Amino acid sequence: MSKKLTSEEVIKIAKLARLELTDEEVEKYSAQISAILDYVSQLDEVDTENVPITTQVTGLSNVSREDEVFPFGREKDLIDCAPESDGNLVKVKSVF
Amino acid sequence: MKIDLQNLTIKSALDAMSRKEFSCADLIYSVFERIREHDGKVYAFLELLEKEAMEKALETDQRIASGSPMRPLEGIPVAIKDVISTRGVRTTASSRILENFISPYDATIVEKLKDAGAIIIGKTNCDEFAHGASTENSAFGTSRNPWDLMRSPGGSSGGSAAALSASFCLASLGTDTGGSTRQPAGWCNLYGLRPTYGRISRYGLISMTSSTDTPGIFAKTAYDTALILSVISGVDKKDATTLPSAPEEYHSKIDRSLEGLKIGLPKEFFQDISDEKSAEAISAAILKLKELGAETKEVSLPHTKYAISVYYIITPSEVSSNLGRFDGIRFGSRSDLASNLFETYTKTRGQYFGPEAKRRIMIGTYALSSGYYDAYYKKAQKVRTVISNEVNDVLKEVDVLATPVSPHVAIKLGEKSDDPLSMYLEDVFMDTAVMAGLPALSAPAGFAHDMPVGLQLMGKQLDEKTILAVANQYEKATSWTEKYPVL
Repeated sequence: MSKKLTSEEVIKIAKLARLELTDEEVEKYSAQISAILDYVSQLDEVDTENVPITTQVTGLSNVSREDEVFPFGREKDLIDCAPESDGNLVKVKSVF
Repeated sequence: MKIDLQNLTIKSALDAMSRKEFSCADLIYSVFERIREHDGKVYAFLELLEKEAMEKALETDQRIASGSPMRPLEGIPVAIKDVISTRGVRTTASSRILENFISPYDATIVEKLKDAGAIIIGKTNCDEFAHGASTENSAFGTSRNPWDLMRSPGGSSGGSAAALSASFCLASLGTDTGGSTRQPAGWCNLYGLRPTYGRISRYGLISMTSSTDTPGIFAKTAYDTALILSVISGVDKKDATTLPSAPEEYHSKIDRSLEGLKIGLPKEFFQDISDEKSAEAISAAILKLKELGAETKEVSLPHTKYAISVYYIITPSEVSSNLGRFDGIRFGSRSDLASNLFETYTKTRGQYFGPEAKRRIMIGTYALSSGYYDAYYKKAQKVRTVISNEVNDVLKEVDVLATPVSPHVAIKLGEKSDDPLSMYLEDVFMDTAVMAGLPALSAPAGFAHDMPVGLQLMGKQLDEKTILAVANQYEKATSWTEKYPVL
């Protein structure tokens, strides 16, 4: 599991994560991330055969509530958070 | 009038205001005067709410004068970490991607504080998105430890710790995902409580690692900590991971004797204390607990050394998902260099996220990606089960576990900021409680090299009252909490 990431791999991961990186960042992060991935690979030492995963520790499941509908009334407050808006619409670059 | 803020606690302030020794306006005024005098050096705050706080103070004084019963935190000045949403107030997560974001809503814990009469005085600095252990990852500059301004107050809730330690407030809220409340508390001579996961609502926290995030409480005494816990605990419809058990009146349950209480000392936690003087302080604290009637027993948590690795796979994985919402579309900063929608995402995130946020997003993206998911995330979730079961098994034989909070006292600023992995290893004593979702408290336990040393007490699920009781009895038998830094 221990790995040294290449620049190509770092660029590919960055694209998946929608992060534009400078060349400097690609180089710096590839070394730092490789060191971290190398460290965490020590988990290979632990025997986890037949061990279930932990997704959360509360022991709760299927916590539900009534689907009540009520008027929110503060739509403008949310639209105001957007960097660009037009009336009650958030404005973005064209999708297609 | 001059109020001695350094020797004031929530309990003594409530008492003083109800006896009209000073007014709430006096208290809030004194707080802001002290902030003006000293926060230039400490840099605890990103945002101050003086006008709003003074208005609230006047309202509070009217309430008290009219004979209304005092609410649990009536007129008490509280500072809030900037990853916690406050309505109408800038909430930045110490990141440039939220630099001008004004939250349209209050976190549940903020609402609860307000309903109890507390006065929010400002938002505190932290590591960006709570990623860090020194507050040096803040996009807006680092906070300083009031005990030594050349040292870190810890992280990620360093600003909240610094604010309380400098007596700029009487309590503060932080968060604790991997020690971010306990470690700064330990480095600043404060109480720092990480509650049972699910004890306190996360609604309104800017999500970091959903399976481990908890709100955190900073206070000067065990009683104050318990009081705040009583106020902000409880099930919340808006957070489906909150536990349904009713919150207790914790502050009335911490006076029990320690006779016969069994304290486990996990040997793996005592092997890595790099600083001898810190180790001596911890040993002395444990001896004091024995004098108070507790029995100590050496126990073993053999998988402790893997906790950091589990944490640093699960954390970036969940971070990569949670930070996906910062895309320049509905809120936060948006890059104006984008020429199409795809670039809106990549340039906004590339330009406005700091380096640690980007590193964690990338590690997480990699660990969750096809072909690597089983080897990394799933493996980490399995080892998490092993670690959780191990600590829960040990807690069947003892009532609480006592350990150091940190291998050493507060680091000097700049000491580890070039080496992300070395910063991760700071969490060595913090992650066990996190894996199992158990409550853990950092309590002032002495000094080494003139800097504070914290003792960690870990308890069974929902057993905050026992760890607070141990801390309370220890506090009454010592005088660490009476010491404060001179600015």
